[in-house]
Amino acid sequence: MPEILTYGFMQRALLAGLMIGTIAPAIGVFLVLRRLSLIADALSHVALAGVALGLLANTYPLAGALVVTLLAAVGIERLRASGRLFGEAALAIFLSGGFAVAVVLISLAGGFNVDLFSYLFGAITVVQPRDLWLILILGVTVLGAVAVLYKELFAITFDEEGARVQGVPVDALNLLLTALVAVTVVVAMRIVGILLTSALLVIPAVTALRLASSFRSTLWVAVACSLAAVLAGMILSYYLDIAAGGAIVLTSLALFSGAAVFGRGRGV
Amino acid sequence: MTTLETPIAELENVCVEYGTERVLDTVSLRIGRGDFLGIIGPNGSGKTTLLRVLLGLLHPRSGQVRLFGTEIGAFREWHRIGYVPQKAVAFESKFPASVLEVARSGRCGRVGLGRPFDARDREAALVALDTVGMASSRDQLIGHLSAGQQQRVFIARALASAPDLLVLDEPTVGVDLDAQEQFYSLLRRLNRDRGTTLVLVSHDIGVVAAEVTQMACLNRTLVFHGPPEDAIRSGALAQMYRPESLMVAHRH
Repeated sequence: MPEILTYGFMQRALLAGLMIGTIAPAIGVFLVLRRLSLIADALSHVALAGVALGLLANTYPLAGALVVTLLAAVGIERLRASGRLFGEAALAIFLSGGFAVAVVLISLAGGFNVDLFSYLFGAITVVQPRDLWLILILGVTVLGAVAVLYKELFAITFDEEGARVQGVPVDALNLLLTALVAVTVVVAMRIVGILLTSALLVIPAVTALRLASSFRSTLWVAVACSLAAVLAGMILSYYLDIAAGGAIVLTSLALFSGAAVFGRGRGV
Repeated sequence: MTTLETPIAELENVCVEYGTERVLDTVSLRIGRGDFLGIIGPNGSGKTTLLRVLLGLLHPRSGQVRLFGTEIGAFREWHRIGYVPQKAVAFESKFPASVLEVARSGRCGRVGLGRPFDARDREAALVALDTVGMASSRDQLIGHLSAGQQQRVFIARALASAPDLLVLDEPTVGVDLDAQEQFYSLLRRLNRDRGTTLVLVSHDIGVVAAEVTQMACLNRTLVFHGPPEDAIRSGALAQMYRPESLMVAHRH
């Protein structure tokens, strides 16, 4: 067995990474195509408030993040659906609002500590067994939802009004999709950190858009690119002792650049 | 009451207001089985609004809407209605979907929430694509097709659920003349050979008058509803349009 696999923390980190690498792009493809990429960013900033709240209340930070992020998902979707704000303004409000709450909570708690730092930037050494369980359960939930509602999610992404005419419950699915983003963000932040989670949803999706020949293949290519980036990034992180989140996102960007060049050759 | 066949769709005294502005004023309209109804009217006359009411996308301020004899609020058989949106607003041209995926997505309403598509849905989508002459392009990306071809794929999507009523909103905008001719010949076939009821909203009075069996002239109120010959004879068109646009209608 290679040395990297002999450590318990590394086994947990790799399992968590594989789960993140699968669900983030699977959700990300829908977000990018609906021009809602920023939702992941907004929710990850809100997640920091949840983590800070969890740390301040001395409970499990990921649970705090999950609850707060899901509530924000409902808020964002309502604000967006009401149409009272211009497009992405609702997201900007939640992004900055979430971060502001987080900063205030952190200052109340007496400033940054190592724990909080690891949530912001992610790390491969910090995945505890209970984190892994939560990540696996949430990950399977997200994958299950996408698998079961695949045709409806395609329909609302391709043509929301057309889906509505067919009797597809568009509003409920929009809410569900935003909630799935919230869950994905919480799952992803342990490894890649709050500030880089949205990259994991967005970059493999746009990479796949350059290469794919159908919607289904877009999803598969996005997942493949993402898994490759997560694995390579984590291995680089282990051997070079660099931040896992940064290594993963940079690998992902390298794949995107490659696809952009290759895609241009194909006239895409 | 005489026993008439249940109409495909019925609007009764429908009023729609945006803010304080009344865009549809007590519109009553009955769409019979097998009708090919053309809805025409000047810009801002409420054509698209009427369509949105019919499709359940917009709730009227007052009035009744019945689809296949059922009050629209209780209506669940949406797969019986196929909808072809305006091509220009329908989708993002870089969307990564194959022609077959687009056509098959029209089966959502028939298959039901949370159930996967199976071989029958693929088959129905392929048959629909064949009807519009696009089956050989099944694996192409929708964005790589011409506007006219995309329009036919959208019709295939609507046909994939084998609808009894096909609703088309300005379907030929941005489609070249050749493709338009093919398009209307396809509609004729659907209407005459299959008995599909068609509702077509268009600003192109000349083409509509030549193709449809029933015509509804809308200008916030329903100015006329009947065979197209009568619309011209009764002066309903002249009432709605300036003389110069009427000349356009006659020239066709």
